[in-house]
Amino acid sequence: MSDSVPAHDVLQPACPLPLRERDRVTLGHGGGGILSAELIDEVFLTAFGNPLLERRGDACVLDLAAEIAVGGRLACTTDSYVVRPLFFPGGSIGDLAVNGTVNDLAMMAARPRYLTVGFILEEGFAIADLRRIAAALAAAASRAGVLVIAGDTKVVERGHGDGCYLNTTGLGVVPQGIELGPDRCLPGDVVLVSGPLGDHGMAIMAAREGFGFETEITSDTAPLHDLVATMLAVCPGVRMLRDPTRGGVAASLNEIATAAGYGIEIDEGSIPVRPAVAAACDLLGLDPLLVANEGRLLAIVPAAAADAVLACMRCHEHGGHATRIGRIVSDHPGLVVVRTTIGGRRVLPLPLGEQLPRIC
Amino acid sequence: MTTRPQDPVAERVRQLLAEIGRIVTRPWAVMEVCGGQTHALVRSGLDEMLPQGVEMIHGPGCPVCVTPTVTIDTAIALARLPQVTLCSFGDMLRVPGSREDLFAVRAGGGDVRVVYSPLDAVQLARRHPERQVVFLAIGFETTAPATAQAAMLARRLRLENFSLLVAHVLVPPAVEAILRSPGTRVQAVLAAGHVCSVMGTSQYEPVAARWRVPIVVTGFEPVDLLEGIRRAVLQLEQGRHELENAYPRAVTDRGNEAAQQLLAEVFECCDRSWRGLGVIRRSGWRLTPAYRGLDAGERFGVAAAAEEPSSRCRSGEVLTGAIKPCGCAAFGGECTPRTPLGPTMVSSEGACAAYYHAGRRRVAVLPTG
Repeated sequence: MSDSVPAHDVLQPACPLPLRERDRVTLGHGGGGILSAELIDEVFLTAFGNPLLERRGDACVLDLAAEIAVGGRLACTTDSYVVRPLFFPGGSIGDLAVNGTVNDLAMMAARPRYLTVGFILEEGFAIADLRRIAAALAAAASRAGVLVIAGDTKVVERGHGDGCYLNTTGLGVVPQGIELGPDRCLPGDVVLVSGPLGDHGMAIMAAREGFGFETEITSDTAPLHDLVATMLAVCPGVRMLRDPTRGGVAASLNEIATAAGYGIEIDEGSIPVRPAVAAACDLLGLDPLLVANEGRLLAIVPAAAADAVLACMRCHEHGGHATRIGRIVSDHPGLVVVRTTIGGRRVLPLPLGEQLPRIC
Repeated sequence: MTTRPQDPVAERVRQLLAEIGRIVTRPWAVMEVCGGQTHALVRSGLDEMLPQGVEMIHGPGCPVCVTPTVTIDTAIALARLPQVTLCSFGDMLRVPGSREDLFAVRAGGGDVRVVYSPLDAVQLARRHPERQVVFLAIGFETTAPATAQAAMLARRLRLENFSLLVAHVLVPPAVEAILRSPGTRVQAVLAAGHVCSVMGTSQYEPVAARWRVPIVVTGFEPVDLLEGIRRAVLQLEQGRHELENAYPRAVTDRGNEAAQQLLAEVFECCDRSWRGLGVIRRSGWRLTPAYRGLDAGERFGVAAAAEEPSSRCRSGEVLTGAIKPCGCAAFGGECTPRTPLGPTMVSSEGACAAYYHAGRRRVAVLPTG
């Protein structure tokens, strides 16, 4: 962007606000005019430009013939991100928007390939913050091996948004021969979790304004597709995967139990929770089983393969603390029962709603 | 990284259960006063592991549960005023008033906020001199000192845009009301350790003597609760009715005297209506004349008329131990945490919510073992 503003800019009907604005997002940045183009060039293409994106077509045309020829199937998912605050210990909305969508693909055993990104920005949002988000998004996309192939920017009036909302759509390819789903679960199968629970939700909570204590808790946001590929290489017969995001492990396990038509039994003492997370949950009256995760997965695997899968998970950077936490049972179909550490039992119900709003 | 191994605890639990089993010779009904105790019992599955003959009755100990409809309606009326920012603890927002809850007011454009401490509400008032910040102060003797601190701070700062809707209640008068009620089944009481850590234990001595019931102060871990139950059952079996402190690591006879001084300066006793229990004499706190300038109801001239709670809701009987939550026809069907008919289902510490969240209605399908 040049320092002098060309005279014809002021006549752009789509850009009613001062065009000299360089520090803050204005309504004009979403107007489709020169400001929009500058924003795309300066912020977005700089961060995640690639040959497909740089064609600047109305749509990106993809050639997946090679994958389809070998039996690959296309997987598609979309998710919106409204987390508050935008930056938190361990990541930002940019990381979440990539990892969350990549993980939804990964839970279906898809190899993530492409991502689209929609930005909804509030008038007055700092361009510097937008750059940080774009950079985080680019770094996360590169780490996950996905290309950003399309994007969109809209600006809403001040007071009508909360700085920045993102939407990402992910496309991936499921290799031939891999089928995951709750209908494949059988009594005796083992429930594994890839790491300690509740980190993301409690990191967000600790980062929120007015929260009175310091913690070292950081979000667990991470792409899990590579961990999944490793697990499937060891055991192609993995029954199903689920990432316990909103509603935590409690929601995911209940969904699995209902969909599979079997019961699930969990050993409370085996559930991995970091001491800091356990302490913060205790203090605030929250249950770590209901707190959101953004870099963890639940796996249902045949009992005979459980040790091998666990061993390979523990060698992976995102599965170092993988643990066996329970099993599929033929009793109490549709119910998740927790065996408490003191030998009692309770049913783990599907959570009513969020323990905490806008965590992702 | 821990996986919360608690084998020594499980072992101690087994020992205590066995010991209680040896002591007990006939059925006894023991009431735990506090919602925190109820949750610990239900969450760990402890109440179902107790030897036959020992029955737990879930007491009134959730301040959200017992806040009467009229207080919620007053808070809603305040929150509807355009100049008012109403703050309270999160649970309070879901409590149904006679027509709606505070969440609904917020969804309709009212400024309703969740805070973790009344002092946060004072800070909010400092930051927003253009708003009238009202804190809906609920809770037992445990949370009241923080409200008192907030009142003193607001006065010291000469904040003219901070006020309080005080609905604090006191535990011992409610325990006495339950012991006094004609149909009560309560034979012994587990008093809540955190209330006693503020107020001391001595306030319970006359209660134990007057109603001839054992009262044992406990903590909130499974082992603390079991030790309390063991002592209560032992007293019952031996025909004693004394006050015992089974939580000495946190509770002393005299309690926290600094906190008591704060309370005495800001609050004075008054009669108070409890949802499910009716009006109980000298069971609430209101602002002393010196602090009455902070009374939100007076400042804004807002008062709601009392209204009868749902006739299908039997929370009063749950609170007095006459029935278990599952004994109410509405439980789990018409009445769930999403559609609460009454206070015990609303608060996460309410007995009905505790049963619901532990899947108690469905627990019958579980195999034994």
